[in-house]
Amino acid sequence: MSGENIKLKIRSLRKTYGSVVALDSADIDLRDGEFLTLLGPSGSGKSTLLWAVAGLNDPDSGQIWIDGREATHLPPFQREIGMVFQNYALFPHMTIGQNIGFPLEMRKMNRIDREKAVMRVLDMVKLGHVADRYPQELSGGQQQRIALARAFVYEPSIILMDEPLGALDKKLRDHLQLEIKHLHEQLGVTIMYVTHDQEEAMVMSDRICLMNNARVEQIGTPEDLYFRPNTVFAADFLGESNLVDGVIREVNGNGASVEIGGAGLTRALPNPDLSVGDRVKLMTRPEAIEVLGAGESRPNEVSGILREVIVGGGATKLFVELQGGATMRVTQLTRAATERLSPGVELRLGWEQHAAVVLKHAELESEL
Amino acid sequence: MNTATQDGSRAPSRLSRLVTRHGRIAPALIFLALFFVMPVSMLFGLSFLDSDGALTLEHYQRLWDKPVYLKVLGITLKTAAWTTVLCILGGYPIAYLLATVAKTTRARLTILVLMPFWTSFLVRTFAWIVLLGRKGAVNTFLLDIGVIEQPIKMIFNFTGVMIGMSHALMPLAVLTMLSVMEGIDANLSKAGSTMGARGGQTFWRIYFPLSVPGIAAGGMLVFITSLGFFITPALLGGARDTMIVQTIIFQIKEILNWGFAGAIGVLLMVAVLIIFFVYDKLLGLSTLSGGEATRAASLSKNPIGYVGAKVGGLFTRGMGTLCEWIGIAIGRLFPRRADKRRADGGRIAIWMVGLLMMGFLALPALFIIPVSFTESGFLGWPPQGFSLKWYQALADTPVWINAALRSFTVAILASSLGMLLGVPAAFMLARSSFTGKGAVFAFLVSPIIIPNIFIAVGLFFLYAKIGLVGTTIGLILGHTVLAIPYVVITVLAVVKGYDQNLDMAASTLGANRKQTFLRVTLPMIRSGMIAAFMFAFIISFDELTIALFVTGGEVTTLPKQMWDDALLRVSPALAAVATLLLLFMSAFILVSEIIKRRAAKRS
Ligand SMILES: Nc1ncnc2c1ncn2[C@@H]1O[C@H](COP(=O)(O)OP(=O)(O)O)[C@@H](O)[C@H]1O
Ligand SMILES: [Mg+2]
Repeated sequence: MSGENIKLKIRSLRKTYGSVVALDSADIDLRDGEFLTLLGPSGSGKSTLLWAVAGLNDPDSGQIWIDGREATHLPPFQREIGMVFQNYALFPHMTIGQNIGFPLEMRKMNRIDREKAVMRVLDMVKLGHVADRYPQELSGGQQQRIALARAFVYEPSIILMDEPLGALDKKLRDHLQLEIKHLHEQLGVTIMYVTHDQEEAMVMSDRICLMNNARVEQIGTPEDLYFRPNTVFAADFLGESNLVDGVIREVNGNGASVEIGGAGLTRALPNPDLSVGDRVKLMTRPEAIEVLGAGESRPNEVSGILREVIVGGGATKLFVELQGGATMRVTQLTRAATERLSPGVELRLGWEQHAAVVLKHAELESEL
Repeated sequence: MNTATQDGSRAPSRLSRLVTRHGRIAPALIFLALFFVMPVSMLFGLSFLDSDGALTLEHYQRLWDKPVYLKVLGITLKTAAWTTVLCILGGYPIAYLLATVAKTTRARLTILVLMPFWTSFLVRTFAWIVLLGRKGAVNTFLLDIGVIEQPIKMIFNFTGVMIGMSHALMPLAVLTMLSVMEGIDANLSKAGSTMGARGGQTFWRIYFPLSVPGIAAGGMLVFITSLGFFITPALLGGARDTMIVQTIIFQIKEILNWGFAGAIGVLLMVAVLIIFFVYDKLLGLSTLSGGEATRAASLSKNPIGYVGAKVGGLFTRGMGTLCEWIGIAIGRLFPRRADKRRADGGRIAIWMVGLLMMGFLALPALFIIPVSFTESGFLGWPPQGFSLKWYQALADTPVWINAALRSFTVAILASSLGMLLGVPAAFMLARSSFTGKGAVFAFLVSPIIIPNIFIAVGLFFLYAKIGLVGTTIGLILGHTVLAIPYVVITVLAVVKGYDQNLDMAASTLGANRKQTFLRVTLPMIRSGMIAAFMFAFIISFDELTIALFVTGGEVTTLPKQMWDDALLRVSPALAAVATLLLLFMSAFILVSEIIKRRAAKRS
């Protein structure tokens, strides 16, 4: 990240289609050189937000500022943005060279400079030899690279990408993820990226904007979202989580004590929105929970009975039924069969205080 | 249906497979060989025989010697070319609008294009007489508001032919262009605008070039269809607008000169083939089936295509820049404000032009209705008073009643026979692969490509030999020839869209072939079948050309009776028939459209 300059400012943005609210009260700041990902399930309003920034849809209310200038209702061609579409949107009747040259031609760049610029970006995406071919003569991965080159060539202020890797197979996707990340770092461009794939978001982003039901759920670094989710939805959407019902019994400066059904008191990170007596969900990550041996101890401990063991490649999942009836998942590295625990045994589980987060109860939340 | 393979446990022998296969497709092929290929080739053969049956080129010599025929061919080509230009220019905005609105809106608006496409040809032509005649609605209106002092002559000349023909064929152009435009990814224009292209530039540089195959295919179909026209020039044109089919009709009906009529037919056919050939060289015939929007790669490898692409590139670049300047100028006059929503002026303009053109297509036929209730004996505007006497007159004229009954019976029987022959053939085309499949398909649909006049005259000649002239059965057989292509195309599309895994699933669940067909396949494709039947029904019900030749005396159909009457005088009685026909067919088309939509939703 090259600075704290705000490239894109979005305030209370709202967009409806008939009676469907596609986006509601979105507030986002995108910093210069930042890679921000809009992450969320299908239909959560990611594309609507991105398209509003591009000027491809007309928001009902709210504002969009690009480089300090208001752009809310400006047409796309006056915004100096670049966009990469999921299906690439390469012009099938133009050669690769003409495709990439198009935005430069629209900017009245002369032919010689245009050709130079085209060759430069083609080399950048390692496809210098395809300038005279037509898009349909290239593979999916190559087409995607051309789409990237076309968005980079005129050095727009912000580059928007709407699930650009969605149509590719897993291997190619992994490869292109790294390539986009490298381009981002090399060129220092500002990117707003859309995906519904949480792993992709974690790998690529400086910050993630998690979206749900037309609203921004949480914005933060991948680490923030993973270790300190604000809501049950966020905890559930990123990675695996244990969500156990509980009640807050005590709150003090460095933590909260939560009683989980029948399994005793545990300590967790504080949550300023909650107070003593609130019903909450206690969130832990399965890989942060350890099976304790004799003599070992942790700040938080519960005991339960091992109900099921699932071996999945590198990791093994244990399903442990706590005394109150709740089930906790524990992830361990897979060990040889002889060392494995078998269902039915009683276990003690333990975790550190910072591995547990208290969250507002999802059902109660939705009642509000 | 086929007993040979009913026992599913025994692998069918090669022989029985052969029988099943041919059993499905042979009837349609044999039928067309008898009632399509044979008459048409007989007609061509006749053109090389003199009156004594000896081989001769005298008919062709005469074609060449008498300048009038080449002149008529010239008029025909000119009329077809202008019709094509008007249909494309007028139809493009409609197709563009339909292709760029939301799906549900498109479905609704498409009916406005489909209705005139399927309403009776004659009815629509009468409507123009009501509108454009000396005492027609337009002249009356213009006189009333004082714009003109004398009625303008808008029909019985080339203008009338152009209005009538472009009205008749514009839906065909729209539907063909639409099929290509629907395949153009909407994101392409959006991508263009994010890259800095204004509306004019995105249209001319991105959208328009991609829609060119649609323009070419639509233009080609309109042109070829126009060449075979005679109704519109006969009813709306003057003596100088005679087209080639009219001369064929004249040769047969008035002079009974088969050989010469055949020679004129060959002249027309050769013209059609040359056009097909040039089109194929330029653009490739495969574009006619639509959908294939991108051919730039192969085009640039063909020298003619290369030049075309260069010229086209210059043109679109020029138009794009021009529109950009206009856009910039408008932007200067009314600067965009970033903080205010603003209506999209370009879009509003497209809606207005599109709706205007759809009005041109859909509204004229309605003018027939009020004049059918006039008290006056003349077709004048506005209609005088209100009376049902013309309807009463119809009810009292047995010839109309009989004609209507015959049309109905013939249409029912011809479309049933068409289904009986066409459905198994379509099933086979959809589901099995065999050598020559493409050729078989082309053969089955060729009756709609060949101008109807050939089939009509050929059948007349054939029937004269076997005593079928003037019989209902002869008419049914003729209409079946025309029904088969429509049945095959419609059913093929339905069957192709049907997931055969469903049949397999049913058979694994224990259903035998018959049960599978009746309980699983048929319910799924039923709506498509009904649509095919209704399609065929309308083709027959509205058919004039074949009826013109193979009917006679008492045996007449509704279109034939209307035509005969119209040649004498377009009267309010005819308007009454046309009104009834309009209502009947509109209801019919609406129902079939609804059924088709339901079928589309399910598959
Ligand atoms: N053009 C449109 N017309 C009507 N509804 C739309 C349109 N675009 C999006 N929506 C609706 O808005 C909501 C958000 O859609 P979208 O932004 O595409 O979600 P995402 O990209 O996160 O999958 C969805 O409920 C979707 O159905
Ligand atoms: Mg989306």
